[in-house]
Amino acid sequence: MVPLSHYLILSAILFTIGAVGVFTRRNALIIYMCIELMLNAVNLTFIAFSKFLNNMDGHIFTFMIMTVAAAEAAVGLAIILAIFRNRETVNVDDINLMKG
Amino acid sequence: MFYIIGGVAVLSALIMVTNKKPVSAAMSLIVTMLCLAGMYVLLDAHLIAALQIIVYAGAIMVLFLFVIMLLNIQEKEGRLSGHKIFLQFAWIMLVGYIFISMVKLIGGGSLPARIEESINGFGTTKAVGEILFTDFLLPFEIASILLLAAIVGAVILAKQRVD
Repeated sequence: MVPLSHYLILSAILFTIGAVGVFTRRNALIIYMCIELMLNAVNLTFIAFSKFLNNMDGHIFTFMIMTVAAAEAAVGLAIILAIFRNRETVNVDDINLMKG
Repeated sequence: MFYIIGGVAVLSALIMVTNKKPVSAAMSLIVTMLCLAGMYVLLDAHLIAALQIIVYAGAIMVLFLFVIMLLNIQEKEGRLSGHKIFLQFAWIMLVGYIFISMVKLIGGGSLPARIEESINGFGTTKAVGEILFTDFLLPFEIASILLLAAIVGAVILAKQRVD
């Protein structure tokens, strides 16, 4: 049987890939995808702990994270759409109106 | 089985981060989502696996692809200036340090071993639903309000401004 630590390490790897993507990519859409990847990595941790502790509360947490991710994707993509309509770009380096 | 699915998940996640085209990145993210759904099946979370495929690989990624097609972005991710590359390198180092400490924490602590006799119907729709509609009823209702707010917000943000 695969031990719990392997699930956690896989989750950590996926989370790290997502975090690196957020910091290195400049395309707002790909940054959003990386955020989704990070949320998924956390979901995997919840499910793995839920299985190994024999407690189903983790499933509910995952359910809630999925709800929040869906809401976030809808609102976030609408924001990107509005920005693209005004600025003709989705490069986050060009979106610096509130940088001060 | 775990190692095959995990390897494919990590590989497609790497392809997603390194790919220049947003459409290809979205496609490899779908592969990662499907691999994670397989992981959930391995962990007896059948309802969550089905939801993962429907919500993530279905709804959210279709929304992403729709926006990518709608925007029709020209590729111009040019070369970065010197201090920006340095800044990104510093961020990657920080993230790598956090990753190493995460793995060390996993190795150092005592993790629970798998309990063999699982509770009856672990991870089925019936079991998850029973918890969701008794112990977690208030968070469930709050989630519905959140979704309503997201619908209204998305419509207001994305609609054309009529002058």
